[in-house]
Amino acid sequence: MTSSSSPCAACKLLRRKCAPECVFAPHFPPDQPAKFANVHRVFGASNVAKLLKQLRPEQREDAVVSLAYEAEARLRDPVNGCVGYIHLLQRRLRELQHDLSLAEKELSNYLLVPAAGPHLVGLPHYAFNPSFAGGINGVAAPMAMNSTDPVLPVGMLYDRTGSFGATAAFRLPAVQLLNGAGGFGALLEQQQQRQYHNPEQTHGEE
Amino acid sequence: MSNYTRCAACRYLRRRCCEDCTLAPFFPSTNPTRFAHVHRIFGASNVSRMLQQIPEEQRSEAADAIALEAFWRVQDPVYGSAGVISALQTEISGAQRELAETQARVAVYAARARSANAQVSADEERLGDGAGAGVYLPSNHP
Repeated sequence: MTSSSSPCAACKLLRRKCAPECVFAPHFPPDQPAKFANVHRVFGASNVAKLLKQLRPEQREDAVVSLAYEAEARLRDPVNGCVGYIHLLQRRLRELQHDLSLAEKELSNYLLVPAAGPHLVGLPHYAFNPSFAGGINGVAAPMAMNSTDPVLPVGMLYDRTGSFGATAAFRLPAVQLLNGAGGFGALLEQQQQRQYHNPEQTHGEE
Repeated sequence: MSNYTRCAACRYLRRRCCEDCTLAPFFPSTNPTRFAHVHRIFGASNVSRMLQQIPEEQRSEAADAIALEAFWRVQDPVYGSAGVISALQTEISGAQRELAETQARVAVYAARARSANAQVSADEERLGDGAGAGVYLPSNHP
């Protein structure tokens, strides 16, 4: 909270008295004028105030950081904003899923082919799910037939806490990832199809 | 645009939709939610100003991106698009780990198969030499 002699960056820009209960003051210190300037330029001060007031106080700092990130991205790229980066990530995820599918197919050739000759005897048998079901849960546990064979590590649960990226220092809490075929990447693509490419087909998202 | 076919923006803002309405091309009346989200997060005048500052041929793409960002922010008021980025990064990280594991397994099996095949070939060669190599066969034994 700033004193009356040092208004927050928001009130300074808006040229108004910074009240003790100013919703911006905890998150827009006077020594970071650009942060509020960007957010105001993209979202508008009143929209940001409304958004922050809807949130619990402990959520507001994270919200401000993400708003500042989005505002900066949009000012840097007025056409795509941070959606451009999201598309890049989606493309990368698709490529990885494709590569994984190929690798799993190759692996299944070793696991599912019946003992086609003496050279396959003695290899451990793994109860293996070759399909990449969103990559959320791990694959099944190995059952080594030969106790001297190494038990290879199984697929693991993904770490649900993610770092925000190079521009922010805070750590995001667990993001609700989705199970099912394709996982979050697929859901995202569905949302984009509805909102982005075919706006006329959308009927109410709320 | 006549009053009968007001764009979603003008309908939401309860104003007349004129022929040169700047928002009409990007917010058709068939998708009122799209503009509602955008208005809630960015505000109509902000969006109008942002689109006006962009070359005309890129405005549609920009409007789509703005609509997506607004949608994600409405879905997740705390993290918005940043939450989407974070989730994607997490999935990518997991997919990379799983790919590396799978490729390592393939390498192990491939190496074993090569080694087993080499052993079989060596055995076949030895059996093919027969008496000359002094191989013990049950029928040979007195």
